[in-house]
Amino acid sequence: MSSTAIPLAHQEEWKLPYHGTVAMAALIVAETAIFSIFVVAYIYYIGKSISGPQPRQVLELPIFNTVCLLSSSFTIWLAEHALKKSAMGAFRLWWALTVLLGGIFLVGTGLEWKKLIYHDGLTISTNLFGTTFYSLVGLHASHVIIGLTMLSLVLIFSLAGKLKSEHHKQLGVLSLYWHFVDGVWVVVFTVVYIIGR
Amino acid sequence: MFGGWLQRRGPGKAAYALLLLLSSVAHAAWGLPTDTVVHQTPSTFDPHSGPAHMIHNLSLFVIQITGAIFIVVASLFVYVVIRYRQRDPNDVSEPPQIYGSTQIELAWTVIPILIVLVLFLTTARILFAIEDQKMPPAAVDVNVVGHQFWWEFVYSKQGFTAANELHVPVSSEQVPMITSLNLLSADVDHSFWVPALFGKIDSIPNHVNHMWFDPDKVGMYVGQCAQFCGVEHAKMLLRVYVQTPEDFDAWVKNQQQPGVQDPAVADGRQIFESQSCVSCHVIRGTPAQGKFGPDLTHFASRDTLASGAADNTPANLKLWIQDPDYVKPGSLMPAMQLSDDQIDKVVAYLDTLK
Amino acid sequence: MADSTLPIGSAIDLTPPSEVYGTWLDVVNSWVTTVDHKKIGLMYIGYAAVFLLVGGFEAILLRIQLAVPHNNFLSPEVFNRIFTMHGTTMVFLMGMPLVIGFANYLVPLMIGARDMSFPRMNAFSFWMTALGGLMLYYSFIGGVGLQGAGSAPDVTWWAYAPLTERAFSRGHSTDYWALSLIVSGFGTIGAAVNIIATTLCLRCKGMTLFRMPLLAWLYLVVSGMILVTISPLTAAQIMLCVDRYLGGHFFDSQAGGAPVVWAHFFWIFGHPEVYVLVLPAFAIANEVIPVFSRKAIFGYPAMVSASAGIGVISLSVWAHHMFTVGMTSAQNAFFVLSTGLVGVPTGIKIFNWIATMWGGKIRFATPMLFCSAFLIQFLFAGLTGIMLSTAPWNWQLHNSYFVIAHFHYVLVGAIVFCFFGGFYYWYPKMIGKMLNERLGKWHFWLFVIGFHLCFDLMHIPGLLGMPRSIYTYEPGRGWDTLNFIVSMGGIIQGIATAIFVYNLVYSYFKGEEAGPDPWDAWTLEWATSSPPPEYNFATEPVVMSRRPLWDLKHPEDPDYRYEE
Repeated sequence: MSSTAIPLAHQEEWKLPYHGTVAMAALIVAETAIFSIFVVAYIYYIGKSISGPQPRQVLELPIFNTVCLLSSSFTIWLAEHALKKSAMGAFRLWWALTVLLGGIFLVGTGLEWKKLIYHDGLTISTNLFGTTFYSLVGLHASHVIIGLTMLSLVLIFSLAGKLKSEHHKQLGVLSLYWHFVDGVWVVVFTVVYIIGR
Repeated sequence: MFGGWLQRRGPGKAAYALLLLLSSVAHAAWGLPTDTVVHQTPSTFDPHSGPAHMIHNLSLFVIQITGAIFIVVASLFVYVVIRYRQRDPNDVSEPPQIYGSTQIELAWTVIPILIVLVLFLTTARILFAIEDQKMPPAAVDVNVVGHQFWWEFVYSKQGFTAANELHVPVSSEQVPMITSLNLLSADVDHSFWVPALFGKIDSIPNHVNHMWFDPDKVGMYVGQCAQFCGVEHAKMLLRVYVQTPEDFDAWVKNQQQPGVQDPAVADGRQIFESQSCVSCHVIRGTPAQGKFGPDLTHFASRDTLASGAADNTPANLKLWIQDPDYVKPGSLMPAMQLSDDQIDKVVAYLDTLK
Repeated sequence: MADSTLPIGSAIDLTPPSEVYGTWLDVVNSWVTTVDHKKIGLMYIGYAAVFLLVGGFEAILLRIQLAVPHNNFLSPEVFNRIFTMHGTTMVFLMGMPLVIGFANYLVPLMIGARDMSFPRMNAFSFWMTALGGLMLYYSFIGGVGLQGAGSAPDVTWWAYAPLTERAFSRGHSTDYWALSLIVSGFGTIGAAVNIIATTLCLRCKGMTLFRMPLLAWLYLVVSGMILVTISPLTAAQIMLCVDRYLGGHFFDSQAGGAPVVWAHFFWIFGHPEVYVLVLPAFAIANEVIPVFSRKAIFGYPAMVSASAGIGVISLSVWAHHMFTVGMTSAQNAFFVLSTGLVGVPTGIKIFNWIATMWGGKIRFATPMLFCSAFLIQFLFAGLTGIMLSTAPWNWQLHNSYFVIAHFHYVLVGAIVFCFFGGFYYWYPKMIGKMLNERLGKWHFWLFVIGFHLCFDLMHIPGLLGMPRSIYTYEPGRGWDTLNFIVSMGGIIQGIATAIFVYNLVYSYFKGEEAGPDPWDAWTLEWATSSPPPEYNFATEPVVMSRRPLWDLKHPEDPDYRYEE
């Protein structure tokens, strides 16, 4: 058999996007759709609770938590940057900081929920506000947990010396997910703590 | 109809016989022997009120347009299939390859858009005419509440509640009479549909809907629930009795009376009031004030029981009270565990509630 | 067709595959642990075929019950479960796996790739879908709850709240419905992500997006739709589970919740879902009709735009399923307009197909028979869809047998017909043997007769006032004879399907050898042996037009001279 007989018109380079980024972008689209439904339900039910604690009475602006989470987007960007330059020490520092900031956010959310449940008597079954609040914030928190798990795995690999500069593409995919999680928090914060209160 | 089938010859008869065999395997659970068959086709092409007429006209217009589209495109297809089929199976030459034509493609993009716009404008006009119609103050107001598996009709202006059979006055050119319905549900989603009189409208908990109609012909119109609501959705039937204004007024007057207190059936009444019947049913003027089941104050004035599942005859009523599941499997009325004698007395009592 | 003259030659490895099967356990293991897109595709298709039979059997049961009024064949409880399971099975366990199975098998081959972008996630997606189906059917034995109200879900496939709330659906049947679909939903989203990554990142050299086969384009659009379609369903089902298990109030009208919110969320999923099911049928038609008309598809760029347009517009039409819930007239009007508009790109596709056949030399082998019937039937179904879009008339037609007739016309008359055509077209590629033509024609004609007897007539009871979801109906309403004939049509379709299944099995053993390119087609999958080797192409193909094999077979008149 002769070799393939269809010549390329010009000897151009055939460059297609990196499949990891494309896949993560697609996943983000799907996740955006799920979050949108919960956000729409939240907005639709604002002010419709018949009884029980109302948002204004029990919600405090989680400024510190938000600052931590949004800063973690910045630190993860710094970590990626460091990895591209093969500055492994800097990478580990910024990455560990990202995990720490995400962890602080989770702990803060947990403390907030503890106050709401035990002090204000607001649970998922108390009223519409409780149902929509815990569902939406909980959905976001579950995504933070998944993200933190993945980030911690990477940290462990890095500390074991397995992570190399050429892995920056894969890490870019993971950090895209983390940026998404932070972006969702901006929306949730606006809807729950600003619009809804 | 069945008899005619049995006389015919052919494979259909064998299939029919097989089906008959299959369907007689289980013992009859309904289709009670005393039931009359109401021969009425609730056709959407036989409108008898303003909204139904408007919808009917719209439907004819749409059928004409879609029919024309179908004929044109299907004819093209048939032509292509016949004219361009491969005639010689050994002919392997390829026909001229045509990749597209901007003019043609533009044409068959623009024309459909125009057709859609025409359809939309026509539809919107009728949509607004029906949905946004203002109700005149003289309209007959009925609050319709859907239940699993019966219909409650609250004539709040007139001060009584009926069930399953809606009575309304006829509307004529000289004396237009609109009936205005407000729909709600006590449990799950239902849908109120009487095809001859109006398009269906859902009855949803915590969400009041509105429908109106002005029937133009005296008579009885059949309908049924059109949103799956549970086990006995299929038997949640309903009837609309369109009456002359005089007959309607007489009916209203009668319904406004409290329950008939015939001393001859005092036994039955006593049994009724001492059993838990009273916790579900209302009979105005008696201690029975339960709101879960239909209002029975004028039960005997209705043609059917169990929301149309059976004719309102003493025999059926007895079966119903003995074991509601026998008449309407899955209905929410429990079997009352009364003795034969007790049931007879209660039946006699209920039959006096005209 | 002498394959050795195909200059894409080195792409085809004609060495016979080494047939080392080992023990029976080895064979099972190779299928269970496979990450090969072809094997996974076949598993999806086989899974769908099994559930086609199960769902079809359920349909026959329903039609026996409805053949005569006041029938006693099925009790209301059993009927309600069977019709719920019929709908849920056909959409989620038959339709989606069939769609994804064909994508899995064909997309990498058509774009000259070695496999999907993420082979392991591909396998994971299949097993999640399979698990979901098993969970759903386990409900028949595992759903027991209070008052014996367990067993399979009986709340219709669209499961409106508040019927699905704890108060009205006791026992666990509804939970099986929600949870099994959430599980299989993850599989579906995984498959969609995979298809997008594959079509965007693994095309062979020279295959720009506008040289991709239309099947690959349609699956790209479908996958994008799946991302924003399945997610709302998953969200709504999570909300339902919160209501049922954690005491939530999303759809609890007593606490101020709104059942109509469920309807919105469900149909935001439900409407694009039917386009997710029908676009792959278009994909098959886009491949079969040109090959059997011996002409290139007419208006490739318009077909791409129309497909994308359908995908986008279909996200805005959902409330045409809800014209009777009491939205404002302005809201109703919006959905009338958007639904009418989605008909425009759909119509364009029909015209393009007819234009493709125009001037051709049409060969009516079984694949083309099915795709031709699809054309006419889909035209009719689309027009009844337009009828349903006119809101006031919809107030009469909604929830009646007219709707059931319409959507079965699309689901069976368009989708199942096209997929039957796809089976006959690609079975030779997948298995290496041709399906028997004589059996194929028997299958086709019997199925056409049964289909039209059943679903043409079914429109009429709807127009005469017969609602849906009823286990029995009143005699004397003019519905009796029609229902009986409709049931006969259902049984005839069952017989035709049995012939098809027999053909599949018979041809596996006794079918004529197919060779790489039995239909004289033009896309890359026909440049491999039948079945293809595990690695698909020995060397990566290089293409210069939309029909690489046309260019090779007609070097004097290649496509790339004419494509814009």
